[in-house]
Amino acid sequence: MGYSKDQLLARLKELQIDFSQYEHPVVLNVEAQAKYVGNMGGALSKNLFLKDKKHRYYIVSALADTKVDMKVLSQRLGLGKGGLRMAPEEALGEILQVPLGCVTPFAVVNESASHVSLLLDKGLKTQECCFFHPLSNDMSISVNVQGLDKFLKSIGRDPSYIDLEANPLVGKDQPPDLAVLVPSGSTVLPDFPEKAPSLQDSTGNVSAGNNSASAKAVKPSVNVQNVKKKSVDGQRPSIPSADAGKFVEELLDRASALLLSEISEDSIKQHGGLLGAEVANNFRKCLTEDLKNLATIFKNTAYTEGFYAGTHYQTKRP
Amino acid sequence: MEKKEGYLQEEEQVVNPWEVSAKDGGKIDYDKLIDKFGCQRLDQSFVDRVQRLTSRPPHVFLRRGVFFAHRDLNEILDAYERGDKFYLYTGRGPSSEALHLGHLIPFMFTKYLQDAFKVPLVIQLTDDEKCMWKNLSVEESQRLARENAKDIIACGFDISKTFIFSDFDYVGGAFYKNMVKVAKCVTYNKAVPSFPSSFPHLFSGKDDLRCLIPCAIDQDPYFRMTRDVAPRIGYHKPALIESLFFPALQGETGKMSASDPNSAIYVTDSAKDIKNKVNKHAFTGGQESIEKHRQYGANLEVDIPIKYLNFFLEDDAELEHIKKEYGAGRMLTGEVKKRLIEVLTELVERHRRARAAVTDEMVDAFMAVRPLPNMFD
Repeated sequence: MGYSKDQLLARLKELQIDFSQYEHPVVLNVEAQAKYVGNMGGALSKNLFLKDKKHRYYIVSALADTKVDMKVLSQRLGLGKGGLRMAPEEALGEILQVPLGCVTPFAVVNESASHVSLLLDKGLKTQECCFFHPLSNDMSISVNVQGLDKFLKSIGRDPSYIDLEANPLVGKDQPPDLAVLVPSGSTVLPDFPEKAPSLQDSTGNVSAGNNSASAKAVKPSVNVQNVKKKSVDGQRPSIPSADAGKFVEELLDRASALLLSEISEDSIKQHGGLLGAEVANNFRKCLTEDLKNLATIFKNTAYTEGFYAGTHYQTKRP
Repeated sequence: MEKKEGYLQEEEQVVNPWEVSAKDGGKIDYDKLIDKFGCQRLDQSFVDRVQRLTSRPPHVFLRRGVFFAHRDLNEILDAYERGDKFYLYTGRGPSSEALHLGHLIPFMFTKYLQDAFKVPLVIQLTDDEKCMWKNLSVEESQRLARENAKDIIACGFDISKTFIFSDFDYVGGAFYKNMVKVAKCVTYNKAVPSFPSSFPHLFSGKDDLRCLIPCAIDQDPYFRMTRDVAPRIGYHKPALIESLFFPALQGETGKMSASDPNSAIYVTDSAKDIKNKVNKHAFTGGQESIEKHRQYGANLEVDIPIKYLNFFLEDDAELEHIKKEYGAGRMLTGEVKKRLIEVLTELVERHRRARAAVTDEMVDAFMAVRPLPNMFD
């Protein structure tokens, strides 16, 4: 499913990007890698896979001896002081589709990683060439920064190099300088316990079904990951999509819930044969606004699908 | 010296779009404000008329006097009765990602107006202003504008009748020509969306179309300038429908502030946050002890939970009951707070569910310069 090492190398050759490749036994960290390619002329890189509290992911690719302060980085991204942590192991496989110890900027070639933000150390630019894993830890390739840029641009990515060791002030009047690198495309799922009956899936990214193959389009697989996570936590919002079946289910769920609450031994005693009229009345009173809101969401989603399909609109995302 | 003191004594409360404060920690005198600004009170006859014209119950904000002042609303309604429609215009300065309930109020009311009158709406995101005045980068202001757009869309606007635009994206063409015509400082572009010719893709040939602007009362001075300019360039003066301030949790000495998270309920607050904020920070009119409370009752004039319920509790009968019992001392502050927490939590959860359904594609569609053929249906 994900890109293989060979596919990546073939791609690099197609793009006429110069690189040297070195095979070695599987390595899981920079020290081990250094044993095999430390003296080969290229600079070693360290690559971190991070996530924030809103389930957004970041790859930080830096020179091995660049100091990366997670607290500072978190603030510079606008995530507060403790907003960043190492991503869990499962995420490596699910999102980057690489094995443990193999985080690499090349991983963003995978569709599943399209929403991962790539932060590159400007120190990489000072080196003639740098070593990265080509999606597998039994090899290291050295490329120069221009080659890396060319590759990234070929997959629709705009490489951003930052001074990772800088520690600018972040406060009320000094907005976080790296905030623009926070991924904005993924659906942010709220994490509160769901009271209303919830649907089985759907993150609301309905347009996923109608996507044309544009590199920047919303990727279904990422959102599926998010939903999987959410179902594990037992928290999932109910979002009607432009799927008529699900929409009707959501409406009927609400109506049934209200119906069940309205019909009880007491209410039957109280209203007798007129209970029907009473419940019908309450339905209108209690449900109208709610259902209209759901219908508007449905309408807007359907319109958006049509609009997107009809125009193949080039999005202007900052 | 004496003259100066006399002058200072007159300026007791300060209300303008940049600053709001009541006199000496008291409350805002809205009657005085209406007098000073020169707008009109929105009385019950208006509310009844709106109900007649729209064939539906008036919005809770109208019933409770939250939207309490106007300019030229009667003209809008007269024209509407004759079959001449109008369009709505409202906006937001996207200075931060966090929206609180106070921000939502004009949008909630505007959605009602759109549904009730079946009219189109333009929403302006003044990202250029925020970029300049708040020293944000262009990219950051644009990003915030899009994030805010998602919260705005979550209020339930109909995409077939709504055009959202950011200044950075849209200023140019017909819009810019109007800006120059207005001949004020170029960055003052709040006047321009009230002129239908600023939106040729929507209102071409409809130069006669009126505009209604729902806003908070502190925006009145801004739009007074617009109303002055309009006839000089051949357009109807935009009409205004104006709301009270939504008080801060700690009391009605001013507006909610984005820099104090405990002064407001944010749309990103969890149920736990809402509970804590209301319980710990809401300023109440309850007495210091239960005995005193049972004896004297609560001071409803300053009680924040009651004020908030006034905004958000839909059921008129229930609100009356709570006011009566609480005012008489039979209901305790804790109960009122509990009910408020329920109401706010439901509101915020509903908003978040709606927001989760807003994709970037949907934002793009809302913001696309496209015709709205069904905008008056």
